[in-house]
Amino acid sequence: MGRTGTRRDGAGFGRRAWIGLGVWMGALAVVSSGWAAGETIPPARQMELFHLLRQDCGSCHGMTLKGGLGPALLPGNLAGKPADLLEDIVYHGLPERAMPPWEGLLTRQEIRWLVERLIKGEVP
Amino acid sequence: MRGIGSRWMYRSWLLAACLIWPLVQGCAPLRGSGDMGVVIERASGSVEVVETTHKTVLSRVEGMGDLSHASLVYSRDGRFGFVFGRDGGLSKVDLLTGQLVGRVMQSGNSIGGAISQDGKLVAVANYEPGGVRIFDAETLRQVADIPAIGANGRASKVVGLEDSTDGRFVFSLFDSDEIWVADVKDPAKPVITKFTKIGSKPYDALISPDGRHYIAGLFGEDGFALLDLWHLEAGVKRILPDYGHGEKRTAVYKMPHLEGWGMTEDLLFLPAMGRHEVLIVERAGWREVGRVPVVGQPVFVMAQPDGRRIWVNFAHPDNGHLQVIDVPTRKVIQSLQPGPAVMHMEFTPRGEHVWVSVRDGDRVEVYDTATFERIATLPATKPSGIFFTSRAHKIGL
Repeated sequence: MGRTGTRRDGAGFGRRAWIGLGVWMGALAVVSSGWAAGETIPPARQMELFHLLRQDCGSCHGMTLKGGLGPALLPGNLAGKPADLLEDIVYHGLPERAMPPWEGLLTRQEIRWLVERLIKGEVP
Repeated sequence: MRGIGSRWMYRSWLLAACLIWPLVQGCAPLRGSGDMGVVIERASGSVEVVETTHKTVLSRVEGMGDLSHASLVYSRDGRFGFVFGRDGGLSKVDLLTGQLVGRVMQSGNSIGGAISQDGKLVAVANYEPGGVRIFDAETLRQVADIPAIGANGRASKVVGLEDSTDGRFVFSLFDSDEIWVADVKDPAKPVITKFTKIGSKPYDALISPDGRHYIAGLFGEDGFALLDLWHLEAGVKRILPDYGHGEKRTAVYKMPHLEGWGMTEDLLFLPAMGRHEVLIVERAGWREVGRVPVVGQPVFVMAQPDGRRIWVNFAHPDNGHLQVIDVPTRKVIQSLQPGPAVMHMEFTPRGEHVWVSVRDGDRVEVYDTATFERIATLPATKPSGIFFTSRAHKIGL
């Protein structure tokens, strides 16, 4: 994706490494609790997805996910909405409401993983 | 010996001055603000105060909350910047002292603002709860609240808030397809003129440098809505109604921004929604006279101050690119790749340099606009908008 910071930025890399450790531990916990989707998304890709979520989805939904031109994506806002529906919306988009389809840029599995993180509020 | 003596005297005086003067005002050398500016650091709620003569960072001001999508307008003396944060925060920054001197949380979620022609009022456009709130520029005391309840009875998100002349602000209602003109000569009694059915889902707007023509971009359909503020009675006209020729547009991953001004003496360059094109409009008659193919979906389409070239950045996934359109030949003459996630460009007041924020590279790159050479790099944490004080004296910026 070429979207992560450059390595010559020492502080940025250090923080990434730190967050990366957190994601590893999170992934371990998830695997041990029997949930499998994160298993096959490599930690480096998980970091890219979180970055994409905050920075690019954030263009409309807000970097803090509290909403903007698009609705807020915090757990309270998503409560009661089925994960399958949310996954379909991300995959196909909602042309009438300015939501673009992420088909082609993200896999189904990545979208499902992100939707799960959003519903559970597990976004670093 | 006298030479040494006088140098010694000079040093003594300097030492004395630097010991006592800080008690008075911080030993900062006296300076003007005309070559200064602000770089938004979107992820850390901070801004860098910069100067463009030697291309340095002068100070860093923190504590401004969520600055993703933050923008800024300047006081008429070019000393204070009013920062509009995403979380509804309105902050006042003193560029000369590098201090945060005022801050109010004025809504839950805002998108930008404007300052009045006389510099007395700062207006903020809100998503949540919607509407426009207006503040005294001196004190940040709220002086007016204009809820944006559309003709459909719903509270609307407000976008494209611009200042015009004659004590007026102009803005668009995203959820009810309207443009409102608010006359706030008496802020206690705003007089609103409403235009309905202006086109589907206005997402942003620009105003011409003379404050006369307000142009809103439409998301829900091809085209733009034009209002002549010298002739409100003529109403809103649709321009470029068919630029997409009814073709299916590609998905839009980031809304274009119109406020950057792609306006030259006789032409206006606009980002096409969902297309890899920049549209060229003739200002006399507001007709499309051409289009330029570019590498991605344009976000900012900005004219150099001399009007000779247009600089364009792009939406995800092409946001590492920057292209330059030559106005006389209407062709792309330069393609640059400043780094990952190019967010914004800002020209020095007379346009010899352009500053470019590279969000994911954590840096700002400075280019010579004549040679396209990169001439400086400044560190910044997740930089987005760059705003120079020359905006203080321009209508609509």
